[in-house]
Amino acid sequence: MDTMAAIKQTFFQECEEQLAELETGLLAIESEEHDPDTINAVFRAVHSIKGGAGAFGLEELVRFAHTFETTLDLVRGGQIQPDAGLLKLMLRSSDILADLVRYSRDGGEMDESRVAQIHDELTRAANLDAAPAAKPAAPAPAAFEPVGAFDAGSADDDFVPITISFDDILGDGGEASSAEQIYVVSFRPKPELYAKANDAIKLLREIRALGNADVACDISDVPLLTELDPEGAYLSWTIRLGADVTEAQVREVFEFVEFDCDVSVTAEPKVDPDFEFVPAPIDETRQAMPLPVDDGPIIPEAVLAKIAQVNADPAKAPPAAAAVQAQPAQQAQTTIRVDLDRVDRLIDLVGELVINQSMLSQRVTEAGIARLSEVAVGLDDLEQLTREIQDSVMAIRAQPVRPIFQRMSRVIREVADMVGKSVRLVTEGENCEVDKTVIERLADPLTHMIRNAVDHGLEKPEDRIKAGKPEQGVVRMTAAHRSGRVIIEVSDDGAGINRARVKEIAVKRGVIEPGVPLSDSEIDDLIFAPGFSTASTVSDVSGRGVGMDVVKRSIQALGGRISISSKPGQGTTFTLSLPLTLAVLDGMVVTVAGQTLVVPLTAIVETLQPKGPEVHGLGERAKVIAIRGSFIPLIDVGYKLGYRHDEADPLNSVAIMVESENRVQSALMVDGIIGQQQVVIKSLETNYGQVFGVAAATILGDGRVAVILDVDAIVAGNRS
Amino acid sequence: MMHVKEHDLSKNSELIAFRLGGQEFCVDIMSVRDIRGWTPTTPLPHSPGYVKGVINLRGSVLPVIDLAARLGFRSTEPTARHVIIVTQVGNQSVGLLVDAVSDILTINADTIQPTPDVASELARAFMKGVLAIEGRMISLIGLDSVLQSTRENSGFLN
Repeated sequence: MDTMAAIKQTFFQECEEQLAELETGLLAIESEEHDPDTINAVFRAVHSIKGGAGAFGLEELVRFAHTFETTLDLVRGGQIQPDAGLLKLMLRSSDILADLVRYSRDGGEMDESRVAQIHDELTRAANLDAAPAAKPAAPAPAAFEPVGAFDAGSADDDFVPITISFDDILGDGGEASSAEQIYVVSFRPKPELYAKANDAIKLLREIRALGNADVACDISDVPLLTELDPEGAYLSWTIRLGADVTEAQVREVFEFVEFDCDVSVTAEPKVDPDFEFVPAPIDETRQAMPLPVDDGPIIPEAVLAKIAQVNADPAKAPPAAAAVQAQPAQQAQTTIRVDLDRVDRLIDLVGELVINQSMLSQRVTEAGIARLSEVAVGLDDLEQLTREIQDSVMAIRAQPVRPIFQRMSRVIREVADMVGKSVRLVTEGENCEVDKTVIERLADPLTHMIRNAVDHGLEKPEDRIKAGKPEQGVVRMTAAHRSGRVIIEVSDDGAGINRARVKEIAVKRGVIEPGVPLSDSEIDDLIFAPGFSTASTVSDVSGRGVGMDVVKRSIQALGGRISISSKPGQGTTFTLSLPLTLAVLDGMVVTVAGQTLVVPLTAIVETLQPKGPEVHGLGERAKVIAIRGSFIPLIDVGYKLGYRHDEADPLNSVAIMVESENRVQSALMVDGIIGQQQVVIKSLETNYGQVFGVAAATILGDGRVAVILDVDAIVAGNRS
Repeated sequence: MMHVKEHDLSKNSELIAFRLGGQEFCVDIMSVRDIRGWTPTTPLPHSPGYVKGVINLRGSVLPVIDLAARLGFRSTEPTARHVIIVTQVGNQSVGLLVDAVSDILTINADTIQPTPDVASELARAFMKGVLAIEGRMISLIGLDSVLQSTRENSGFLN
């Protein structure tokens, strides 16, 4: 990969992070849990995307990001109040921005009308409210307010020039340009500026390109060589620039480094015999600053002196700002980006270490070394250590479910718009951590479930009102850790499952025979049956040919389970139970026809020794076992897998009760149980392929490979 | 990711020769990752007869193919003296069970002759050609076709 492509890739990775931050921030503002920093973070996210996109010439992205940023800036400045309508617009804008980023990365055609529409809405939101704010900033004498107002204002105490971003001004679009104007630019880079491969000299050259510049470097901060931090920033510059440009144009030079340096641009007062004024510094909140009209020296000497002092002594003003800036820089250092392949390689190696360690323990035991000997004790310590290493390495792959929950909030917005329902998404437990692969492979099933919840689960607004519910429906997504698994629930407060209708459809589609008595939960489970869809019309939203059976299969492919519960009039809840990682599995090690196999513990309900009177023949070969009044089919694993040609005698076997799809219980017959163990999952598919009845392989303590049973496949294979 | 393509035999290629049911065969040395003694395999359910099962190769699961059975000869009853040649093509690794490794040859691509018509259809599907070296006839095995067919016949569809 060439360097440019690599940098671009990094940019897109960072975009994803920024987009996530953007959405988190907007949602926080929506839920009114935000502080002033939130809007700043949101603004910074859009700004960074714009900056990077500009560098790569992604014009469409820049254009949209810019408009978005402008509007956000007005919100930041307090000119626009973020009401519900505006927030909705912003969330949609963030969706568009995300799409634009993805299209820029992966290619493809963006729906331009959608972009244009949001773009227009954003522009309108910005202009409507920006217009009055822009006026006072312009140096129009008519708008000047009397001195009294100035004194009474809060501004006199804060009469300190403060860094303003270029965008603040651009947002207003209102700085009038004049002929030759003298600006005093004070520029003080922070170490981050250099760390990001920017160079002060280039910025200074750009400034000089604007007009006549008189550049003075302040070296007073440079410490003795012994105290000098090679990565520190000690120089600052003061530039007197005479140029026919707007202040905005001067600030533009620093646009891409504005968070990494302290810059102040002060326009020097023009000397006018009639009318002398000091330009009003525009503070961060960009309150419209009243400018005094002069018929005498209006600005108190003391204030002027203060300006001069602050300007002359930049070190005094920035500390607060520097402290704020230092924080994100520190945070940035706490994470590193690592290639996933490397992590996986490490996980593989640790897996081998675990196997090797248990082999070693086994050998030591076999060699008859006493349990309390130093070798055995040392090995126990080693075991502890390897387990800890394994857990820590697995934790590297673990990631919070937050990003996927955020994606779902977008799905909700889109679907709700499409079907004309008002929906609120409530999420809980976003910090719950799950393996990265699990998270990635959850996206599609969850999207489908969320769509279903909005489209089928929630009633139409008028029906909700009739039922005495608030018009806005609620979809709730929660994640929690429970006994070594992660439980994700998706619930709605809709009407619940219409069981009569589900049954009717199931009969119509041939899923069940008419007249079969079914319990409520059995009817609910019909939703997972292949080819079942309750929507009477195939809507644009759900029903794209996939049903809940696909969702169920993808969850099962992850080693998870899905279940449904529904209360009429109160809503439906889908519960996903997922493994924390795809790399290890708790299994029961069993023997079958001389082979050692692993049965996933999650599938096992109980184990028992069949007794004579409990086993009954059924038909030619089939056998069932009577357990607590119900008959459960017995499946001989060894025979099913082709390890032996005659079925084993159930009375000499151990029956493992398993629960598979649709909560069907079956009893797997094995020859014996060796024990319970955590095993490292090894793919068979890499070098071989899929095998019927086998989910994966693992390596046991003796170094031999053992296959992990695919319980669902074996049970399903028994029925057909 | 290691990505080893089956090497195009050019001038002065090296080959590993091995014995199988009284005949001699060879594979490109660039595809050979390891040669190890026979270790008992774990049989896979419903696998074709020529798949002996899987072994643990430094933490990964390696299928072992009885090459004799694959070529349509009588299947091998492995003993401690048998050898597994670990080969890799693309990202897929497979162990070949053979009687013994006999030689390392350096050959010129021109010396490869087409497989004579008399060989069985099955054997010819896996042979790229034959070599005449010091009065011996050595058949060159095309690993990609062996691996490909193994994947296709892994038994999932049966």
